[in-house]
Amino acid sequence: MTRPSVARVYDYYLGGSHNFASDRAFAREVLRVYPELTAISRDNRDFMRRAVLYLCSQGVDQFLDLGSGIPTAGNVHEVAHTVNPRARVVYVDHDPVAVTHSRALLSGTGGVVAISGDLREPRLVLRDAMLLGDLDLTRPVAVLLVSVLHFVGDQRGPAELVAAYMNATVPGSYVALSHARSDGKRDAAATEEVYNRSRSPSPMQFRSTGEIQALFGDLTVVDPGVVHLPRWRPELGEDADPEVGEDYPALAGVGRRD
Amino acid sequence: MVLTGLPNPDQLAVAWARAVARTSHTSMSRRALRAHLLVLAGTLLDAVAAEKFDPTGPAGVGAALVAAHFTEVAALQRTVTALGQQLGNCPGAGGGRLMDVVGALAAGFAQALRDRTLAEQERISASAFAARIAAEQARWNSEARFEAVFADSVIGIGVGDIDGTILEVNRALCEMLGFTAEEFRAHPIWEFIHPDDTPGVWEQVKSLLSGAIDNVRFDKAYYRKDGAEIWTHLVLSLVRDQQGRPRFVVAMVENITERHHLQTQLTHQAMHDPLTGLPNRTLFFDRLDAALDAGSDAVGVCYLDLDDFKAVNDTLGHDTGDALLRAVAQRLSAELGRDGHLVARMGGDEFVVLVEHSTGVEHLERVAQTALDTVRRPVVIDGHPIVVSASVGIVQHHDAGSASSAALMQAADTTMYWAKADGRDRYAVFDAERHRSDVSRFALSARMPDALARGEFVVQYQPLVRLTDQQTTGVEALVRWQLPNGEQLPPSRFIPLAEDTGLIVPLGRAVLADACRQGAHWLAADPTMRLLMSVNLAARQVRERGLVADVVQILADTGWPAELLQLELTESEFMGTTEDSLAVLRDLSDIGVRIAIDDFGTGYSNLAYLRRLPVHTLKLAGPFITRGTTSDTDETDDVDLEIVATVVRLAHILGLSVTAESIETPAQLTRLRRLGCDTGQGWLFAPAVHPKAIPGLVHAPPWSMDPSPPH
Repeated sequence: MTRPSVARVYDYYLGGSHNFASDRAFAREVLRVYPELTAISRDNRDFMRRAVLYLCSQGVDQFLDLGSGIPTAGNVHEVAHTVNPRARVVYVDHDPVAVTHSRALLSGTGGVVAISGDLREPRLVLRDAMLLGDLDLTRPVAVLLVSVLHFVGDQRGPAELVAAYMNATVPGSYVALSHARSDGKRDAAATEEVYNRSRSPSPMQFRSTGEIQALFGDLTVVDPGVVHLPRWRPELGEDADPEVGEDYPALAGVGRRD
Repeated sequence: MVLTGLPNPDQLAVAWARAVARTSHTSMSRRALRAHLLVLAGTLLDAVAAEKFDPTGPAGVGAALVAAHFTEVAALQRTVTALGQQLGNCPGAGGGRLMDVVGALAAGFAQALRDRTLAEQERISASAFAARIAAEQARWNSEARFEAVFADSVIGIGVGDIDGTILEVNRALCEMLGFTAEEFRAHPIWEFIHPDDTPGVWEQVKSLLSGAIDNVRFDKAYYRKDGAEIWTHLVLSLVRDQQGRPRFVVAMVENITERHHLQTQLTHQAMHDPLTGLPNRTLFFDRLDAALDAGSDAVGVCYLDLDDFKAVNDTLGHDTGDALLRAVAQRLSAELGRDGHLVARMGGDEFVVLVEHSTGVEHLERVAQTALDTVRRPVVIDGHPIVVSASVGIVQHHDAGSASSAALMQAADTTMYWAKADGRDRYAVFDAERHRSDVSRFALSARMPDALARGEFVVQYQPLVRLTDQQTTGVEALVRWQLPNGEQLPPSRFIPLAEDTGLIVPLGRAVLADACRQGAHWLAADPTMRLLMSVNLAARQVRERGLVADVVQILADTGWPAELLQLELTESEFMGTTEDSLAVLRDLSDIGVRIAIDDFGTGYSNLAYLRRLPVHTLKLAGPFITRGTTSDTDETDDVDLEIVATVVRLAHILGLSVTAESIETPAQLTRLRRLGCDTGQGWLFAPAVHPKAIPGLVHAPPWSMDPSPPH
C-alpha cells in the first residue's frame, strides 16, 4: 500500500485509523497547506447526514452513494436507518480496499451492499446496482455525490454524468451533491495543487459557483438552493445560523427530478 | 454523601457539549450530542460524589467518548478542561477525588482509542490484503485464460522482441513449421524470409518494429523444417510499453496452404485452356495489354488459324480433332515458346503468338514461317498421319495505328483471313489501306439489308440495239445503290458484298420483279414497246432453291411474257455450275425464258460444251470488244478481231445470238456489224438511264440515224 487512496486520506481527515503511512503522509501535506480541511470534512459529513434525513422525510428509501469511501461514523445507512430501518443503500467505490472494507463492515446488515464500480461509467454502475444491490429504478432513488465530483475532470463532463444517472431514474428522485469551489478561500484552493501533484491519490478539479450550479442541469434545486455546506438546512438550536464566511470553500445542494 | 456546589447533570452536559463539539467527527447533531453527554455527566457526578472511589464509571465514560467517535486528542483535552471548570470549585470535589475521576476517564479514553485504532488498522489491513488477493486472483484467472488461449489456439502465435528475436511460440506454431520452441528462439525472424514474399513486406515489418505502424497483415510462404513449403496468413501487431515505446511484436499465423493452392489452381484455370494447357485469351490479353501499356512499339502478333480444321472434325471425329489441337499446341509452344514468345489458344482452332520484342515485320514473318512449318509437320494420331496447314495474319503494333489491344487483334484476325483468301497455308502481313477498305466494305454490307427495305436500290435500263438497223430491241436492267447522301454506287461496289452475305437473293428477286413490272408498264402504255428484258442473275441465286418458282411467280404477278425475259449469268459462273444448277437453267429455258452468257471471252469456255447448255445468247465482254475492234493497224488486234469473228461464226452455227457489250465508237459499231454481231449496247448508244427516258430513246434514238448499210 504505497500509493495513497482518496478514501483512506479522507478517513484520516475524519480522525479514523483506516489508513496507512502513505495516506497519512499525503494528508499531512494537505493539512499543512490548509489546516481547516478537517473541519470542512466534518461539515461535509454533517451535510450528508442532514441531506439523507431530508430525503427520507421526502419518502425516498433507496440511496445510491457514489464514491462512498471507507465507512466511518455516521454512514448513509446508519443515518437512514434511524428513521427508516428498511431503507436500501448501495455504496459504490472504485477503490477495491474501500469496497472490501465496506463489505466486511456491512456483513449482516440487510438491504445495504457495497459494490465496486467507477462512477464515470453510469451504465455499468446502474446495471450492477440493480443486479447486486436490488436498486429499483421504477421507484424514486437518491443519488449521492458527496465531495466526489471534484475528482472528475471536465473532459469526462461531470454535468453529463449527473444527467446520465438522473435520466435513469423516475420523477421524484433526487441528487445530493457537495463540491469544492474555486472561487472561495485562496488557501483552500491551494489544496487542489497538492492533489494534482504526482503521488497524489487522484487529481482534483475545483469549480466555480456557476459551474457547480450548472451540475444540476434541469433538475429542480430544493430550498435553500446551492449554498455553503453548513448553510444547507442547518438543524435547530445553536447551529441554526452557523457562522460561515462568504469565502467558505465548498458548496452543496439537492436537486429533484420532476 | 451529598456534595454541595456540584452542577446538576444538565448544566454539566451543556458546558461539556459546547467544549467538545467540533473537536471530532461524530455524526451527531448538537442535541443528540447533549443527550449523549447527559448520561455520561451523570456517571461522572456519581463518581465524584461516591464515598468510595470506583474508576470503572469514569473509565467507561472515556471509552464512551471514543465509541461516539470523539477520536481526536482535543476532545479529551477539552473534556478535562471542562470538568475542571465545572467541578474544580466545588468544596467537596476538591483534591484527590476529581483528579481520580479525570485520571480514570483519561485512562479509559486512551485504552479505548488504542483498541479502536488497532481494530481499525487491523480491519483496513485485512481489507487491503483481501483486496490484493482478489486482484491477484483476478489477474491469475486472466493470465490463466490467456495462457489457455495461447497454448491451445489452433492459430499459431509467436511473441518476439523488437530486434527480431523470437521469445515465445505456441504449440500450433511449432506444429505448423516443424520447429521446437527452442529452435524458434535460436532464429531471428529475418531468417524466415521466403523468395515468394510480397515485395516491400519486410520494409513494412521494419516500420512496425520501429513503431511507425501498429500492425501489418499479409500472406506469406514459409519453409518448414523438413523443407516443405506452407502458405500462411500472417498478422503482426506491435505491443507498446506504458510510455508508448515499441516493446514486443505478436504474430498470429494461420495456415492457408490449402486455400492458397486452390486459389493458385483457380487462377491457373482461369488463365489457361483446359484442352491444350496453353494460356487462354484472358491471359493473352493481360500480357498484350501490359506490353502495350508499357508503351512498346515493338509488340507484334501472329494470328494463326488451322485450314479446314472443320473437315478433320467432321471426317475423323472430335476426339481426333482434339488430339490434333493438343499436338499442334504443344509443337507451337515448344518451337516458339523457346524464343520467349507467348503462344495462346484463342478458341476453336485459332492460336496466337505474342512477340513482345519484335525487331520488325521481317522478324514476325520468320515467326509466322516457323509456325507454318511447325503446323505442316504430319501428326500421327491412332497410327494415321494427319497433315494440316494454317493461315497466319501478321500485325506489328505501330502498323495497326491503334493503341488498343482489341483493335490490334481485330486487325490480326482480318489479316489472317487475307491469308485464307490468298490460298491458305501462308501468312499475310497487315496492310492499313486494305484493312480500311475491308472495314468500309464491312460497314456497307452491314447497311445493305436496311437499304433494301428502304428502297435505296433503284433499277436503270440500258438499251440493247439491233446492229443492222440500230433499233432498240431490248434493255438490260442494271441496279444502282442510291445512298441517302446522294452518292450512287455501281453494282461492282456492292454486288460482291451481297453475294458474300446472301443478300443477293432477295436483292435479285426485287430487281427482277421491278424490271418485269417496268417492262409490262411500257408494253401496256405502248404495244409497240415489246422489248426484251435482260436481267442479271448471280450464281448464288441459281444455287438457291426456289429460283424457278420465284421467276414463275413474278411473271404471273406482272403479266410479263416469259419469252421477253432474258437472264444473264457470267461465263465464270457458268463454268462453276453443277448439275443441279444446270437443271434450274433448263427449267427456266423450258418455260420460255432466254439464258445469256455474260462477259463471254473472259473465261476459258470449252466452246463445244456450249452445245449442251441451255443458252440462247452470248454477250461478248467489253475488253474483248475494245481490243478487237478499236484499231486495224495493230497485230494483236488482228488476232482479237479474228477471235471475235470466229466466236460470232461459231455462235451462229450453234444457233445463238451474239450481243456486243461496251460499244463506244462508230468504228467499233461498223466492224461488229460487219462481223455479223446481232445486237450491241454501250455508251455509243446510251448509258443506263432512268426508266422514264427509255420510251424516248426507243422512238427517237439520238444515236442514229446513219443507216449505213453493211459492207
